[in-house]
Amino acid sequence: MNQTKQNPPAAVPVMDAEAIRRALRRIAHEIAERNPRLEKVVLAGIPSRGVEIARRIAAFIREIKNVDIQTGVIDVAMHRDDVGTRPELPVVRASELPLPLEDLTVIIVDDVFYTGRTVRAAMDAINSFGRPARIQLAVLIDRGHRELPIRPDYVGKNLPTGMREQIQVRLQETDNAADAVWLEKQ
Amino acid sequence: MSTAWTRKDLLGLRELSADEINLVLETADAFKQVGTREIKKVPALRGKTLVNFFVEPSTRTRTSFELAAFRLSADVINISTTTSSLTKGETLKDTARNLEALHADILVLRHSSAGAPQFLANRLKASVINAGDGAHEHPTQALLDLYTIRERRGKIAGLHVAIIGDILFSRVARSNIFGLLKLGAHVTLVGPSTLVPREFEKLGVEVSYEIDDVLPGADVVNLLRIQHERQRREYFPGIGEYVRLFGLTKQRAKLLKPDCLIMHPGPINRGVEIDSDVADGLQSVILDQVTNGLAVRMAVLYLCGGIAT
Repeated sequence: MNQTKQNPPAAVPVMDAEAIRRALRRIAHEIAERNPRLEKVVLAGIPSRGVEIARRIAAFIREIKNVDIQTGVIDVAMHRDDVGTRPELPVVRASELPLPLEDLTVIIVDDVFYTGRTVRAAMDAINSFGRPARIQLAVLIDRGHRELPIRPDYVGKNLPTGMREQIQVRLQETDNAADAVWLEKQ
Repeated sequence: MSTAWTRKDLLGLRELSADEINLVLETADAFKQVGTREIKKVPALRGKTLVNFFVEPSTRTRTSFELAAFRLSADVINISTTTSSLTKGETLKDTARNLEALHADILVLRHSSAGAPQFLANRLKASVINAGDGAHEHPTQALLDLYTIRERRGKIAGLHVAIIGDILFSRVARSNIFGLLKLGAHVTLVGPSTLVPREFEKLGVEVSYEIDDVLPGADVVNLLRIQHERQRREYFPGIGEYVRLFGLTKQRAKLLKPDCLIMHPGPINRGVEIDSDVADGLQSVILDQVTNGLAVRMAVLYLCGGIAT
């Protein structure tokens, strides 16, 4: 999944650092608009890039609204439905969510939204901590090809893709190289 | 995490690399957190069947594996000596093949013969987890000991660990020695010369027969149970003498550094290896070991049972 992020020659650039910054800033505005009680919102990132994206959105919200929004981490590896069917076992990490969840809005944050199975696993993980008031979904890229009836609430960029194409996201903090999104054809 | 898990079986710590041991400990961190959730159960091994096959008595290890499997949503069958056909003369291999015919995915085996888990691992498609084989290895006990030390002290490399008691008959000691040395700890074995032969020095540990010399420098003392069921007279003049020479009495515990951890794999013989007051004292992490055992066993079941077969 997170192999070395070298730009191969066949890669098509999709977003640069500035485009990513603007997309996340816009998501921060939308979250602030839709959730008047920001102190009741937690941005929960899916490791590893979702966690970094959640951190950045939280920083933009602090800039815009001067509110320190809560952040968290949701591990989906142990909630996946395909353990034993993939050659490599997903690495499990500890989840961190503010408790109790009962009157909070949890916003799941991830880099690429694809089949919906990861988000389904994230919702299961959240439910094992309690029953949040609502769950929303924020993604940097929506590439389509859903296999479950799930839709995002906040999208940085809609990017129609072919099944044989791959979206690569690189962030300074997680990949130790300049922010970029690009498309690879297989 | 730099390494990937590729083993279907966990037979011992001798064959694991330091990276693999660290991967188990890091995976256990994630599973320990599951125990704090409102719903302490994840679907990671849903649909898998685990057989707890204990040919030697055990309560805590079996219960710990059973609870670990429940928390991973696996189905569990327990088979113990008294309920097994081994008492009717069936061989280990035949029993195991029958379990496999039931499509068991994971076999947790405790056996009085060293090598029994290896024997089955070579012949079965199912994952085989060694829950203690003879005086050979008890890998999950050593992993939970390592986890507890790492949790309390933040590291293992450079620490001085004293393992005290019946080393000769102890699979816990062997697995601990392999694991501790791989992660960079300094290990001293202490006990009567009949139970701690100098042979052990070949593994890269120190051997001492003077507990009072070792205690002041130790960061961790791991006390092993005197295994009455395995002892014969020639090893062991008497309980009274053992307590006098090697027991961690209240008086002796004063020699320990204030932050030295006191560990014991259980079940404790109160008043023999360790005084009751010491076992229940502030330096004791004996109950943390039990809690951590659950997380470590979840990690092992997830890693071994989760890889594609």
